[in-house]
Amino acid sequence: MTTLAQEFSKGIFKENPTFRLLLGMCPTLAVTLTAINGFGMGISALFVLLCSNIVISALKDVIPAKVRMPAYILIIATFVTIVDMVLNAYAPALHEALGIFIPLIVVNCIIMGRAEAFARKNTIGRSVIDALGMGIGFTLSLTVLGIIRELFGAGSFFNIQIMGTAFEPMAVLATPPGAFITLGIMLGLVNYMFKRLGIE
Amino acid sequence: MDVNLLAIIFVAIFANNIVLSQFLGICPYLGVSDRLETSLGMGIAVIFVMTMSAVVTWVIDTFLLVQFDLVYLRTITFILVIAGLVQLVEMVLKKTNPTLFRALGIYLPLITTNCTILGVALLNVQAGYNIIQTIVYAISTGVGFTLAMVIMAGIRERLDLADVSSYLRGAAVSLVTAGILSLAFMGFKGMMTL
Repeated sequence: MTTLAQEFSKGIFKENPTFRLLLGMCPTLAVTLTAINGFGMGISALFVLLCSNIVISALKDVIPAKVRMPAYILIIATFVTIVDMVLNAYAPALHEALGIFIPLIVVNCIIMGRAEAFARKNTIGRSVIDALGMGIGFTLSLTVLGIIRELFGAGSFFNIQIMGTAFEPMAVLATPPGAFITLGIMLGLVNYMFKRLGIE
Repeated sequence: MDVNLLAIIFVAIFANNIVLSQFLGICPYLGVSDRLETSLGMGIAVIFVMTMSAVVTWVIDTFLLVQFDLVYLRTITFILVIAGLVQLVEMVLKKTNPTLFRALGIYLPLITTNCTILGVALLNVQAGYNIIQTIVYAISTGVGFTLAMVIMAGIRERLDLADVSSYLRGAAVSLVTAGILSLAFMGFKGMMTL
């Protein structure tokens, strides 16, 4: 049996959804133009993951195994709709920037993956810890990618200009190819880091 | 909304390619695109399901959701319709056309959680296309997806033999390759946008 601390930290390091499991790649590439967008996406996914993990683990004995997939989809879609409406009401700029990727949280494989692999077999408490770990791991990865792309692509850090006037922004980082290449190189670096630290 | 059909086709396949410039369907793009045959099969299955789901969701959106002011239910309705539709297609194919089922069958379950299908259904109603434009848009987007998959598969079959650093092997080098491909596709943006 893994301890609660291990359950929490696995999502951030060993089984980081972005860099280790390669899940949820679409929003990772699409919304990391700026750090704040990446962070906003991460928090939205964290909220949906947390709520759906709680509900699914609470209902695990009630949902028949044969129709569990449609049931999970319905639960997840409900929370996604809530996020969509809340962002639209209180953070319209972020809602605009994330665009179609908010409704697409429904098909984010991290959330469905945790429901199928974890929440339906574990207690509510453990599912909460799991969701927090995975969600924070996802948010951190997206924020780091956003910081890198924003810092070198626009010279700012969370929308504050910090690179000075002499810095020439690398425009490619703000384009789709920049997203692919940054993530590819980051993946390589993370692989190198893990090998160096001896974690497999 | 009055948009030239040819413009929709060109933009959906090249200028605004669903994978390389809109970042949808990255999971199958990285997961399935290691063999030419499987990417082609996946691509055809996607074109098929994408067109059907775009039409069905368009009808539901136009005649139910908009009519009764229920637009906030879009996400929930669309994903359920798509999941149901994929099941239906799977059952109908199994019964009526076993050959086609054997060719596409293994890809169908994967498609439910493929974000391109839901993405196209949503983008489509957001753009306000009519039914003809919807069909054309869905087919061209599917063709764009297939094109990106097939090009990537061709590259990856060669990449397997290349001497790549062990840290970059697999997904990392595929992503960098996709970046370079995406750079090439960006050139089409200068020709035409919607």
